[in-house]
Amino acid sequence: MRNDQAQAVCTPQPSFSVRRIFALMLRHLYVLRRSWPRLLELMYWPLVQMILWGFVTKFFLGHSDWVAQAAGVLISAVLLWDVLFRANLGVSLPFIEEMWSRNLAQLFISPLRDVELIVALVMMSLVRTLISVTPAAFLALPFFDVWVFQLGLPLLAFFANLLIFGSVIGIGVAALILRFGLGAESLCWLGIFLLAPVSAIYYPVSALPGWLQMIALMLPSAHTFEGMRGVLFDGVFSWPHFWWAAGLNAVLLTAASLFFLHMMKQARIKGLLMQQGE
Amino acid sequence: MTESRAAAAIDLSDVYKSFNGVQAVNGISFRVETGQTVALLGGNGAGKTTTISMLLGLLSPTKGEIRVLGARMPDERHTVLGSMNFSSPYVDLPKRLKVWENLTVYAHLYGVRDVKGRIRELADDLELERFLKRPFGDLSAGQKTRVALAKSLLNAPKLLLMDEPTASLDPDTGDWVRSYLERYRERTGATVLLASHNMGEVERLADNVLMMRGGKIVDQGSPKDLIKRHGRDTLEQVFLDIARAPHFVEGEQGLEK
Repeated sequence: MRNDQAQAVCTPQPSFSVRRIFALMLRHLYVLRRSWPRLLELMYWPLVQMILWGFVTKFFLGHSDWVAQAAGVLISAVLLWDVLFRANLGVSLPFIEEMWSRNLAQLFISPLRDVELIVALVMMSLVRTLISVTPAAFLALPFFDVWVFQLGLPLLAFFANLLIFGSVIGIGVAALILRFGLGAESLCWLGIFLLAPVSAIYYPVSALPGWLQMIALMLPSAHTFEGMRGVLFDGVFSWPHFWWAAGLNAVLLTAASLFFLHMMKQARIKGLLMQQGE
Repeated sequence: MTESRAAAAIDLSDVYKSFNGVQAVNGISFRVETGQTVALLGGNGAGKTTTISMLLGLLSPTKGEIRVLGARMPDERHTVLGSMNFSSPYVDLPKRLKVWENLTVYAHLYGVRDVKGRIRELADDLELERFLKRPFGDLSAGQKTRVALAKSLLNAPKLLLMDEPTASLDPDTGDWVRSYLERYRERTGATVLLASHNMGEVERLADNVLMMRGGKIVDQGSPKDLIKRHGRDTLEQVFLDIARAPHFVEGEQGLEK
């Protein structure tokens, strides 16, 4: 029968499909694979930051007892900050790219589920973040004699928590851009920098005023950077900070995903999915 | 549910859609039987694109029920999106991706069994071989239309929705696309719903025409019936009658002043 042709051509559509996630990742990997400027740009900023903070470290080693206790504290902090920053961009930029290329409607009329879109964006965030920070992490050794991997296994925990928190912000930003259009695209950069002062990247949470400390401790990033300093200064991995970061991430990831799904529903009511584009 | 209701590829019942108080679709009801080709015809702002968006699950109706291939849209869209597809010059594909990359991505999204084989088959059918390795953004309007058509046929859809499929094409390419659609429909028995401003296209392809104005279906019938009923020579004249009518209501026999 002629109508059976679709079944002959395609496999049945499961309610959750790794293949559809892979398809969406493939779309962005094709672009990355061919674009040397994009790859270089991804690596460029963490390298520049590492070099800048490397010289700051060199200077403070002779002027600050605090930095002298753990020479890698500033460079480790800047690299982990880049994990957070790149994870955020890794989610929000591919989403915006679908809007720039007027491809969003094509995606949402395909069998791709909203949740699969979120998973694919987070996976792309992991890929982009690894491409971004890996060269800087390795080059910190020959440049400034700082081996970030001395953090050991805890580095993996810090990386995972910051990757998830960065993705959470990226999902929230993508939801807002879906709702308010490309005029809100600068939120990709604004949102994350708003959190930087209270994430206690280069200084302990105790350096903040009391009321800001309360806010800082509600962020997974502040717990992660506190944990990093604990390992570097005292050689102790703080499980409480880890669990706080992981727990907050679980809550925020759920909230951000629900917010995104809600915005998708709103977009279907307001007719935003057909209108997106430059 | 009667047998004929179950067989309808598209079934809209008293559907409304408003945006900030503006009524884009105003209580439309129609059915498209399996295997039919139906055209939505109307001027700008008639409600054609809004109707298609609701059929695709991109837009929720304010009121009314939409069933596509038996599924209620947009809530049950995931049960049927794999069996339908859409082509429009107003919805792009990523420009930096090569044509074969775009088709590969969408073939995976639709769960195509033999990705390379299906792309090769469509490339043969739609004469895409020459530009499979070129970025989509570098193609001419006619080439892009053919690629968009290939994307919309990747999953051999039971239901194909098209929004102005030959807009901005030269007459030769437009004719080529229409001929291809005729052959495709004949070969597969697919149901096709197209929105168009091109009267010749509609006369040639459509079994049935839904004339829209102000968010309403103001008349419907086969192109020949409409021309006869309005006492005109061409569908374009019928279209102009409806577009220029100062006021009208939908009646049993169509447009009534």
